[in-house]
Amino acid sequence: MTTGVLPLDKPRAPRRPAARRSNFELYSWLFMRISGIALVVLVLGHLFIMNILDEGVQRINFGFVAGRWASPFWQFWDLSMLWLAQLHGGNGLRTIIDDYARKDTTRFWLKMLLYVSMAIILILGTMVIFTFDPNI
Amino acid sequence: MTAAADTATTSTDASDIPAPEGSITVTVKILRFNPELDSEPHWESYDVPALPTDRVLNLLINIKSYVDGTLSFRRSCAHGICGSDAMQINGINRLACKVLIKDLLAKKDKQTTITIAPIKGLPVMKDLYVDMEPFFEAFRAVKPYLITYGNEPTRERIQSAADRERFDDTTKCILCACCTTSCPVYWADGSYFGPAAIVNAHRFIFDSRDEGAEERMDILNDAEGVWRCRTTFNCTDACPRGIQVTKAIQEVKRALLFKRV
Repeated sequence: MTTGVLPLDKPRAPRRPAARRSNFELYSWLFMRISGIALVVLVLGHLFIMNILDEGVQRINFGFVAGRWASPFWQFWDLSMLWLAQLHGGNGLRTIIDDYARKDTTRFWLKMLLYVSMAIILILGTMVIFTFDPNI
Repeated sequence: MTAAADTATTSTDASDIPAPEGSITVTVKILRFNPELDSEPHWESYDVPALPTDRVLNLLINIKSYVDGTLSFRRSCAHGICGSDAMQINGINRLACKVLIKDLLAKKDKQTTITIAPIKGLPVMKDLYVDMEPFFEAFRAVKPYLITYGNEPTRERIQSAADRERFDDTTKCILCACCTTSCPVYWADGSYFGPAAIVNAHRFIFDSRDEGAEERMDILNDAEGVWRCRTTFNCTDACPRGIQVTKAIQEVKRALLFKRV
């Protein structure tokens, strides 16, 4: 016997792993709510500026993007949109994988694929926003 | 499965069932499964007489008594108190003893078909009879009993009406498993505690006499706890006792979020 509790207590009972005592699920739940609200403003604002304001999508070219990213405000806007959307969507996919993957190995590899693709997009996107050179 | 075994189990002659005056013939379609003969569950139909005031349970008992004695299902009190006869009736989790035939009748001149399947997400042992052990394991895991510390009072533990009101709704649970087995998260992931366990944790977490709220909240804060709830409200719709199950789950979430019971 490795545990102090007699199994006679509840025979045939399925075993449940001990609670991990972590607040991760609480914070990820909270993050989904807050980032969701922020994304409504950020994404709808982005779509409005890009597609409706002035001449809409017709006016977007290299110069337009270069002009926007010259301002720290738009850099910050696009950066927060990138990070919030990636983490929000990634966390949503994580729960979907948890729900639908039937085997632990499938679950593990799908999550690895998800995390790697999230990291690539986050790093690449952040790099472009900060190292963008309008003079190329 | 052999053909001989197939014919042995498919006696659907319902002519022995007494048909009282005013009864109509309805088709009861049951998802049958005999672990000794079948590899997969299969549907079987029975045309049986039914009064509009009959309950679905009456039809099942008639089928078992007069047509096929091998039909297996749980029932005990047959009055919606014990919670034994939870099953999926026309796709919705209900107690067979609480659903009247008149509420299931098809529109004029159409044949009424009532489909009955075992509740989902728990291993089917036979016909409508499922293994409830995983369900009760989750129930036990949330410590559904009074936890107190220090000396026992010499008198009863006094509680105000307002304090009692806070968990009144969740005291109504009869552990029939209608809610837990209607939850899509529970279908996909059997280690999720499920609505019923959370309802019974809620009953003690919000009880002013109880001192074990923190222990239970720690358990429900885990990966398989309340945060897996997607608020689909299936549990609230399924509950035969009318408990606001989803609301109870959200109250536990709120208590966790603000660290306040």
